[in-house]
Amino acid sequence: MELLSGAEMVIRALRDEGVQHIYGYPGGALLHVYDAIFQQDEVQHVLVRHEQAATHMADAYARATGKAGVALVTSGPGATNAVTGIATAYMDSIPMVVITGQVMSFLIGEDAFQETDMIGISRPVVKHSFSVQRPEDIPSIIKKAFHIAQTGRPGPVVVDIPKDMTTPTERYEYEYPKSVKMRSYNPVSRGHSGQIKKAVDLLLGAKRPVIYSGGGIIMGDAHVELAELARSLNVPVTNTLMGLGGFPGTDRQFVGMLGMHGSYEANMVMHHADVVLAIGARFDDRVTNGVDKFCPTAKIIHVDIDPASISKTITADIPIVGPARDIIKEMIQLVKGAKTGPDAEAAKQWWQQIDEWRARHGGRFDINDEGLMKPQQVIEMLSKVTNGDAYVCSDVGQHQMFAAQYYKFNQPKRWINSGGLGTMGFGLPAAMGVKMNFPDAHVACVTGEGSIQMNIQELSTCQQYDIPVKIICLNNQSLGMVRQWQDMNYESRHSQSYMKSLPDFVKLAESYGHVGMKVDKYADLEGAMTEAFAMTDRLVFMDIAVDPFEHVYPMQVPRGAMRDMWLSKTERT
Amino acid sequence: MRHILSVLLENEPGALSRVVGLFSQRNFNIETLTVAATDDGTLSRMTVTTLGSDKVVEQITKQLNKLIDVIKVVDLTEGEHIERELMLIKLKANSSAARDEIKRTADIFRGQVIDATPNTFTVQLAGSSDKLDAFINALSGASLLEVVRSGVSGIARGEKVLSL
Repeated sequence: MELLSGAEMVIRALRDEGVQHIYGYPGGALLHVYDAIFQQDEVQHVLVRHEQAATHMADAYARATGKAGVALVTSGPGATNAVTGIATAYMDSIPMVVITGQVMSFLIGEDAFQETDMIGISRPVVKHSFSVQRPEDIPSIIKKAFHIAQTGRPGPVVVDIPKDMTTPTERYEYEYPKSVKMRSYNPVSRGHSGQIKKAVDLLLGAKRPVIYSGGGIIMGDAHVELAELARSLNVPVTNTLMGLGGFPGTDRQFVGMLGMHGSYEANMVMHHADVVLAIGARFDDRVTNGVDKFCPTAKIIHVDIDPASISKTITADIPIVGPARDIIKEMIQLVKGAKTGPDAEAAKQWWQQIDEWRARHGGRFDINDEGLMKPQQVIEMLSKVTNGDAYVCSDVGQHQMFAAQYYKFNQPKRWINSGGLGTMGFGLPAAMGVKMNFPDAHVACVTGEGSIQMNIQELSTCQQYDIPVKIICLNNQSLGMVRQWQDMNYESRHSQSYMKSLPDFVKLAESYGHVGMKVDKYADLEGAMTEAFAMTDRLVFMDIAVDPFEHVYPMQVPRGAMRDMWLSKTERT
Repeated sequence: MRHILSVLLENEPGALSRVVGLFSQRNFNIETLTVAATDDGTLSRMTVTTLGSDKVVEQITKQLNKLIDVIKVVDLTEGEHIERELMLIKLKANSSAARDEIKRTADIFRGQVIDATPNTFTVQLAGSSDKLDAFINALSGASLLEVVRSGVSGIARGEKVLSL
């Protein structure tokens, strides 16, 4: 058997796990590991400019591929800088392995230089964490970390490695485990057949059914099955923010996103439904609005891999725990074998009603021919120029909601955003993580002038590694979502939501060796965007001036029912 | 309602902090908590008493089960069970009247005086939490110097066993 140092074992284990890229930043506690990285060429290290970006890159890789991404950061500030990225992945159930350096084991607890209790600090935002106590445990711990991160409800796992576990002169027998067995961790592998049968019976008898699906369809690779089930039952489908792309965005049966900024028709469908089939979604507060008024006439079927998600906020009438794909497959078989299919007359009336709702709002927004572009127009143009086929990596704010509403995602894993934690600064590193792994795909970072400045230093990383993402910056010179809430709830007192002293983004991009473009007229938008995407080997920063007074609509009235929405600045349901 | 949860978990560094952290993170209440290794040194057994509605306790149970170090969780209050708590209580006992009163009360509650000085008695008492409360109330005339309670340990009645 081969003898390797702890540092070499870390890198070799990652190689054996099939990892091609790790995103990281060196430091004292990791010097042995970085020396091991230098002496091999199978695992490529990507040097970011801030550890938060390393975690977002690893996270976005996972969102686009379904496999755990890997970040490597040093102890102390390196580790704490990674916490936001870990929490981002945790909230969206994204598989990720974060390896953190730690001070020598005999210094732990002494407030040593760059010491921080990373296991403690990250505990509330990890699926699990390991602290390496013996170098020879490194291979099995890394194996377990990937296993835990990628199975069941996925999530981030931290592996904290004291520097003396990686000493180059101390060598141990290396063997990467082929499988993992843990008596305390056995995720549910299939749904309860009796419950599935009950659910299908309920769906077949429904008059106003709806499927509400979330990120579980994306991470559970169940989009094909979902589409088949939806067609066989002829039911409308709505997606959560995390679930977009889980059902084709241009499909007749798709009624759009639901929730706080969901479509009028999606929220109306939910409110009036008699059966809600929720799959891989968690009834979070941005979806349900007031829980006491949520779907007053509906029976709820809830399918989720995580039993703790079921009946956490909304009590399920039929809970089903297990992997979405297998459960949906079983449902399809039962629908096919049923003596009587769905009620055709009821379906006709339900769809008639839905089409009326569609006609009432249908995602319209006012265009001002004289004034500035509307942000919605920019997203529609992005959808057009990229044929609805790009990876859209979003930051957080109004632009995120516009992208979710107006980009039509026909495929899963193309919409990459921080849905749960709402992390500004996520977009650019996310786009980088995707582009590095899909170099031939169109990858757009939809952002605002606020969010982009939270990780703008990564323009330097893009230069170093030639990562030609396209930055679509909807510049409204204000923190739009904050401003919107201030307009609606604080009599337009714009406390700290106004961005003064913005840089010249064109010059800034150019100073990093990229291409900058400024667009302030809609007439120029299509040409400029087409040109930007045609420059396949260049990063293009499009600084696009948009209407600073625009609001995101629909917007649910706080603590109301699903159907209680503002549809414009003056119109309420 | 009060619930007693029995938790079997890996006897690993950090396992306890994950459980305790979960309670504070998710805004669950802990009334008492006891933990120690079992006959199998790789396993710890923990008893947590908590107050909450059935819905909250169901969430607590599910969230505990989600922790990787947790192997099994049982709500003892769902079935017949036995609970015991140990109390050590130090009282002022500097007159013969006080000493007699403490001894008599301790006898009624089946407690024992396990340490004495010319001025103090230390009484050991085991039982349900209610019994310990009752003992303290019964001694309201005496002056309490110090009360140490272990928190509840619980086990199911009959042949039901919580093990691997």
